[in-house]
Amino acid sequence: MENTLTLRYEVDGEDFTRAGEASAAVKRALKKMGVSPEVVRKVAIALYEGEINMVIHADGGVITVEVTPKEVRMELADHGKGIENIELAMQEGYSTAPDEVRSLGFGAGMGLPNMKKCSDEMKIESTVGVGTTVTMTVYIQ
Amino acid sequence: MTPIDLANALGLQVANQGGGDVREVSGIYCGDLLSIVMSHAQADNVWITVMANVNTLAVAELTDVACVILSEGMSLDDSLMAKAKEQEICILQTDEPTFETALAVWKLLEQS
Ligand SMILES: Nc1ncnc2c1ncn2[C@@H]1O[C@H](COP(=O)(O)OP(=O)(O)OP(=O)(O)O)[C@@H](O)[C@H]1O
Ligand SMILES: [Mg+2]
Repeated sequence: MENTLTLRYEVDGEDFTRAGEASAAVKRALKKMGVSPEVVRKVAIALYEGEINMVIHADGGVITVEVTPKEVRMELADHGKGIENIELAMQEGYSTAPDEVRSLGFGAGMGLPNMKKCSDEMKIESTVGVGTTVTMTVYIQ
Repeated sequence: MTPIDLANALGLQVANQGGGDVREVSGIYCGDLLSIVMSHAQADNVWITVMANVNTLAVAELTDVACVILSEGMSLDDSLMAKAKEQEICILQTDEPTFETALAVWKLLEQS
């Protein structure tokens, strides 16, 4: 039997001031469990980018994080507008972020590439008009 | 050298001390677009930016930089200052532009 810790967060699609709470909480939990700083950093950054994307580009959603002795699995599921061309969205610099979001420091089009860089496995499933689910795994060992 | 040592030497305003009196600074990162900062800023860096909002604090926490220097006279509002205190993030401020600030920090780090 695998020893698994599951954490679940609802991300509010309206509230920018709270975006980052899930990633901060996961970061604290992993630190407490003695996971290496490098892994903690990768998980926290990947999760924060995904969380912000759910606020900016979708209408919020649900984050589920599973921690096993071997890996951290993250699932970010939203019912937002979906991504039409995933390959394009994955390119560095591609962004559809509106101006008011750019003035907050987002919209470099580096979020998804960062998530890929920080995770050992990443998969995006998206249907236009239905929503997007991003799953990422970071290996601990 | 700690962020507070930096502030004292360069006359930067200490908006929030946080862990700034105990952490050792190593390296500088300048940038305002948060995803780019997140992919390049290293733990213990001095992060210099004009971006002063709630996401600045989140990125500072996630990247584990030693302190944030808000350049060009930027500052955090009261509720964000409270949040910085709670998260123990060291926030310094200056009226100087980012480049001049980075240069001054760099010279100081080189000497130490
Ligand atoms: N959850 C999502 N729902 C719908 N569209 C998304 C979602 N996540 C990303 N996208 C689309 O993919 C594009 C690229 O995302 P990415 O995170 O790389 O950049 P960004 O969010 O625009 O800017 P940055 O992350 O650098 O602040 C977005 O501009 C958006 O069009
Ligand atoms: Mg993004």
